[in-house]
Amino acid sequence: MPEPMGFFTDTTVCIGCKACEVACKEWNQLPATNGGVSTLSGDSYDNTRRLDGMHWRHVKFIEQFSAERTDGRWLLMSDVCKHCVRAGCMEVCPTGAIIRTEFDTVVIQSDVCNGCRDCIAACPFGVIGVNPVSGVAQKCTLCYDRLRGGLEPACSKACPTESIQFGTIADLKKKAAARVGQLHMNGERRAHLYGADDTMLGGLNSFFLLVDRPEVYGLPPDPKMPSRNLVPSSLWSVLGAISVGLLGLVSFRTRATRPAEVRDESRRVV
Amino acid sequence: MNPGVWSSTLFTGPPEWRWLIILYFFVGGLAGGSYFVAALIDLFGAREDRPLARLGYYVAFPAVALSGIFLTFDLGHPFRFWHMLVQSNTWRPMFKGYSPMSLGSWALLLFGIFAFLAFLGALADAGRLRAPWLRRVRPPGVIGGLVAIVGGLLGFFVAGYTGVLLTVTNRPIWADTTLLGLNFLVSAASTSAALLILLAGRRWRATAGVAALERFDAWVLILELVALIGLLVSLGSMLQAWLNAWGVLLVVGVVLVGILVPLLLLWKPRLMGPDLSATLGAFLILVGGFIFRVVVILSSDGIGRPM
Repeated sequence: MPEPMGFFTDTTVCIGCKACEVACKEWNQLPATNGGVSTLSGDSYDNTRRLDGMHWRHVKFIEQFSAERTDGRWLLMSDVCKHCVRAGCMEVCPTGAIIRTEFDTVVIQSDVCNGCRDCIAACPFGVIGVNPVSGVAQKCTLCYDRLRGGLEPACSKACPTESIQFGTIADLKKKAAARVGQLHMNGERRAHLYGADDTMLGGLNSFFLLVDRPEVYGLPPDPKMPSRNLVPSSLWSVLGAISVGLLGLVSFRTRATRPAEVRDESRRVV
Repeated sequence: MNPGVWSSTLFTGPPEWRWLIILYFFVGGLAGGSYFVAALIDLFGAREDRPLARLGYYVAFPAVALSGIFLTFDLGHPFRFWHMLVQSNTWRPMFKGYSPMSLGSWALLLFGIFAFLAFLGALADAGRLRAPWLRRVRPPGVIGGLVAIVGGLLGFFVAGYTGVLLTVTNRPIWADTTLLGLNFLVSAASTSAALLILLAGRRWRATAGVAALERFDAWVLILELVALIGLLVSLGSMLQAWLNAWGVLLVVGVVLVGILVPLLLLWKPRLMGPDLSATLGAFLILVGGFIFRVVVILSSDGIGRPM
């Protein structure tokens, strides 16, 4: 049985070259444009704009500049599916199309998915989208086919700065902890890991080193499982059903037990 | 968290569930609610109310069939609808007890079977089908009682699970409350009773059975108002997402047009005459129920990813 595999993305060394995006699209044969239509963001070098069914890697360009433009910095981050240990998408999928592989990664089987899109609503990171070519929900597979062939994923292979590192989760966590220590020693006290420990959805198999709050990078500070609402929501519904049932029973039972002459007088409504 | 960010649900992507899903939720609610109301009348109503109960069964089966069509055509691959019920690679049953969509798919199938049985039973009961033995699928009697009770429970499940399904996501508004299932269920009951009142028309309006149905609907409308207030409170800071045209539509279209005006018409039928009051009130309840689903679905779907 292979060890759990994943990505450690060190955002501090990302240069925004988008080699990961290109490599991902090439290997996975994803269309460059949506039916020939290329949508530009219009206010950023980031024209990929978001992760979805056609974009399984997305280099985010976060521009932090003061109003007078005298001070500022770029935060760059190559975003991807988090391959959560407790995956919301897999939890809700009604067809069993979303599976956990022998590498502990989460993969959508395109031939099983019927495009219900429940997984899109369930993913706390907004990773999944419908691919207009296949008509089904798609996302990063962590290059499952390459992993099966003993190769590393296309994006990490192409990354020129080793911002995206691939390996076993145990090794990646050691490297990540060392890198955070190094940054702290160099004075970058804001450096911290996002999703490396198991408190966040049991752990993210794609985790990140950030130097600002998660929401600055478009990441939820406290991602949750969709099932957190299942029991309370169901109980409220049951309570509603009982209440409506009782109202019905009172409304119609009264009528059934009244003498006929009283029934004819029961036309007043409220 | 940023002061401008209200919830972690704002980091997610919209599933683009739109008009077909709104229609599915509305018509599916009518199917489940009509069956439930018909079963209540059958089980607890007077014998002369049987034609009124038949109306409910006449609505339930075509409505559940229609809602299934809406749901299927909303899929990216409609011909793979059966993947919800059978694992396409192993041919084993596909069932996840913790996935509302999986549970709902099975409930829809089972409810469809019960709705079909009750539909045939109603036709036989009315003498429109020459199969007297089919009358046994309607109460009284053990088989009829079972069909009414199990079918009624399944009907209510179909009417309410859609709201639960929305809360079991990570989308803004939907996952920020646990009361959508309750609201959808109560709304399904009120709209279904309203539809039966409309269908009863002038011919049966003077009957005590329809009067009981109107009394029932009035109480359910009050419950609906309470549930809606509960929903708004439960949203907390996410209520800000409705401080716009959606909020106006909710207040005017659902609270005023769909609940308060019909309540007034039910309470004071002489305001516009009993016939017009009943017809207009029932119609407005249906309009309000539809608008409620439009607001809930589209207001969340319009909130995209932050970046």
